[in-house]
Amino acid sequence: MQQYFNDLADFANTKLKGDEVYTAFLSGEDSDFCRLSGAKVRQAGNVKQNSLSFRLIEGRKHAEASISLAGSKEEDQRRLETLIKSLRDQVKEVPDDPHLLYATKVNSTERVQPNDLPDARDTISRVTQKTKGLDLVGVYAAGGVHRGFANSFGQRNWYQTHSFNFDWSFYLRADKAVKTGYAGFKWQDAEFGQKVEDAKAQLAVLGKEPRTIKPGRYRVYIAPGALCEVTDLMSWGGFSMKAHRTKQTPLLKMVEGNQHLHPSVTISEHTAGGISPDFSSSGFTKPERVTMIQEGRYKDCLISARSAMEYKVETNGAHEGESPMSLELGAGSLAQANVLGELKDGIYLNNLWYLNFSDRPACRVTGMTRFASFWVENGQIKQPLNVMRFDESVLRMLGENLVGLTKERELILSSSSYGQRHTVSNHLPGALVDDFSFTL
Amino acid sequence: MLDSALRQIFQKACPKDAEFASLRFHRDRDDNVSVRQDILQPLSTSYDEGVMVTVHSKGGIGYGATSELTESGIKTAFSHAMEWAKRSRDLTVTDYSKIPMPHPKGTFKSPVKKPWDSTPLKDKVERLMALSKTMKVNPKIVDWSADLWHNRSERLYLTNEGGEVSQDFDRLVPMLRVTANEGAETQSRTFGHMAVCRQQGLELLDESNFFEMGKVLADEALQLLAAPNCPAGVMDLLLAPDQMVLQIHESIGHPLELDRILGDERNYAGTSFVTLDMFGKFQYGSPLLNVTFDPTRPEQSASYAFDDDGTKAERQFLIKDGVLMRPLGGQISQARAGMPGVANTRADSWRRPAIDRMANLNVEPGTSAFEDMVQSVKKGIYMRTNTSWSIDDSRNKFQFGCEWAQLIEDGKLTKVVKKPNYRGISASFWKSLKMVGNPSTFEVLGTPYCGKGEPNQAVFVGHATPPCLFGQVDVFGGE
Repeated sequence: MQQYFNDLADFANTKLKGDEVYTAFLSGEDSDFCRLSGAKVRQAGNVKQNSLSFRLIEGRKHAEASISLAGSKEEDQRRLETLIKSLRDQVKEVPDDPHLLYATKVNSTERVQPNDLPDARDTISRVTQKTKGLDLVGVYAAGGVHRGFANSFGQRNWYQTHSFNFDWSFYLRADKAVKTGYAGFKWQDAEFGQKVEDAKAQLAVLGKEPRTIKPGRYRVYIAPGALCEVTDLMSWGGFSMKAHRTKQTPLLKMVEGNQHLHPSVTISEHTAGGISPDFSSSGFTKPERVTMIQEGRYKDCLISARSAMEYKVETNGAHEGESPMSLELGAGSLAQANVLGELKDGIYLNNLWYLNFSDRPACRVTGMTRFASFWVENGQIKQPLNVMRFDESVLRMLGENLVGLTKERELILSSSSYGQRHTVSNHLPGALVDDFSFTL
Repeated sequence: MLDSALRQIFQKACPKDAEFASLRFHRDRDDNVSVRQDILQPLSTSYDEGVMVTVHSKGGIGYGATSELTESGIKTAFSHAMEWAKRSRDLTVTDYSKIPMPHPKGTFKSPVKKPWDSTPLKDKVERLMALSKTMKVNPKIVDWSADLWHNRSERLYLTNEGGEVSQDFDRLVPMLRVTANEGAETQSRTFGHMAVCRQQGLELLDESNFFEMGKVLADEALQLLAAPNCPAGVMDLLLAPDQMVLQIHESIGHPLELDRILGDERNYAGTSFVTLDMFGKFQYGSPLLNVTFDPTRPEQSASYAFDDDGTKAERQFLIKDGVLMRPLGGQISQARAGMPGVANTRADSWRRPAIDRMANLNVEPGTSAFEDMVQSVKKGIYMRTNTSWSIDDSRNKFQFGCEWAQLIEDGKLTKVVKKPNYRGISASFWKSLKMVGNPSTFEVLGTPYCGKGEPNQAVFVGHATPPCLFGQVDVFGGE
């Protein structure tokens, strides 16, 4: 596909007139999906797609459109030529855009990962055999994902990876389940088998009489998978330059007020440690790391090309939404092996669910416990917890009430697939937190 | 032209040894025109087309989806589908070969009076620009925008036994946002984002007073900035239609989805507190609650003639006089559950298989005038426009927040308060329904953002509803 994209980019060059320039971004995949319910196949198939976003620019005027590619050179060249003509008509009608910015210095890159994936159907056969008798529900997604950038200055960027993401739960009954996941680039039966055994061990605890707690404040351990839900919500404008300048960031009190997080909290966009491409749709290359929160204090924002022009700052290659693609929370000093002992009496949260702001300017969030969460007494897991609603400020959770972060961290590859398989990741420790508020 | 070519390719490529085979073609065009802070944002248009082919063969199931609309592209998609069907035999949740699939014929077209392309781009930009200029009414207004999103979706559905359905949908989503700030406090008011969305053309803009709403929202955002926090306490709660949309969606719509009840969504969107044995007898709400699945109101955002499995769409009561009647489940889920459902199997695009979804899910109007509902309340609160939504995976314990609220004291709307939230439990909340607005208060609304499924997909849904009054709800505010 890389050569096909480059040829299409070269073709686009031949269709430009006068001072016109273009940027183009290709997004594609060839993925198998298998949806399982009760350890049986509900739906399974293959999706092959390629979409090309093309922006035509003349001076400070521009217009953009995307087309799906048909896969034949003649047809795709015809579609692209028609698109360029249509964009040219639009460009004539629009005013100058004061916030237009795109890369003009050529910086071509290539990152290609080999395909070590087994046939998806073989994997599913092995999965169903290994989990026979268990109530497994989830989705296996695997295959190639690629992104490309080209512009009329000759810049060419290519990113291609072949990965799998098996996101699944074992259910015991009703809403009592253990959620886990196995994602990577090379399927290992032994590694998968270990995850199955670990999950089965947690299932055994779920069989005990569940405990319903009263609303109130509790000491909690938030495992990396649960903390991921919190950092995902913080990313709704929390690190965006535009959200900061328009005062819509949920971290407003860290910027306008005098609030800080715990000094052990350092949050960064670590592109070099994630699985996202290191180039943007405007052609800018991302730095290896942008630190948004350093030792509890707000430091830098993610800055898209458009925000860079609007607020007269340098872009750091962020996409238009200015949310992290490869978020990293620095490790702490709490050993994972000591988590239960340090928690002593409280709640072990493996997963959180459906978070949203209950007071956005105060970064107060509500959400639910989900899957295997446990009541802990004297450092021992005692009972599964019936689902509870919490309502708590992130500024307290990761600020004055944070007891510690774990030394060990998990790299969590997102299983999100709206429109296409995503390349977002989170690298997170677990967090021990005091006075966490449950409400319903 | 392409339709004719697709028919021919389908005939050639369709595997003869499959009991059932279908081809679903989507051609979507999405136009976005946006003005932010009086500056036209980059114009963007998306043209997206492709097919999904599906086969049921010897009990197995498989699909292949591709944007390669050539004969070889579609043949390859069929070979993926057949290979998956072959390998899933004896591993499937049900014997797909035993499920009779429809082979329908028919058409549908959205009732558009003023098509998107009937107005030049320049005129749309000028009107949005003029609207934008009405919104910065005070230095405390720090951000404002006016947007139009137009979606046109042409679909063709073919089956191996001569079924052929062609449906053309045109939708418009107008959106406004105004944000006011002072120090560490920010308040926003919006129009459209979560509620105004219909199968209509540009006539929707006048019908919804879109061009008059900019200044209204700016004034309201400033009022919120100066307002006290919403008080905490148990009180009567009057929800406006643009919050009822969310309340219906999360605590009636999702729990009634049959695939959730069957367990398919447990790993992602969740399960349901509703079980199969509750249909026909469970008292879901007070006797004032009547909920329909209604694909027949043509301007509503999820009206259609056939769902994506080819089942003819018809109006059905899901809840009648408060009693749960039937689930939101399409052909395959109905066969698995052994109970009747509705025609609600839908896919968001050619790249995703169809699953049980909400379509138009409406609370039928009652008999109360809005003024009578307010007058009936001694101590309560009126909330408008959703801003926050969270509910447990069984769709029971919820907490929702709104942008705007006014206290109701001794039968009158009084003080504006900010950051209004309320929480409850679905299984008991609807039983506290005290009054339902009459037809004059009924609004046809909807949202383009209903997410579900593995792999994930987001669809347009419609919710038409009057305002509703609930008794003794747990209400609270911000920090």
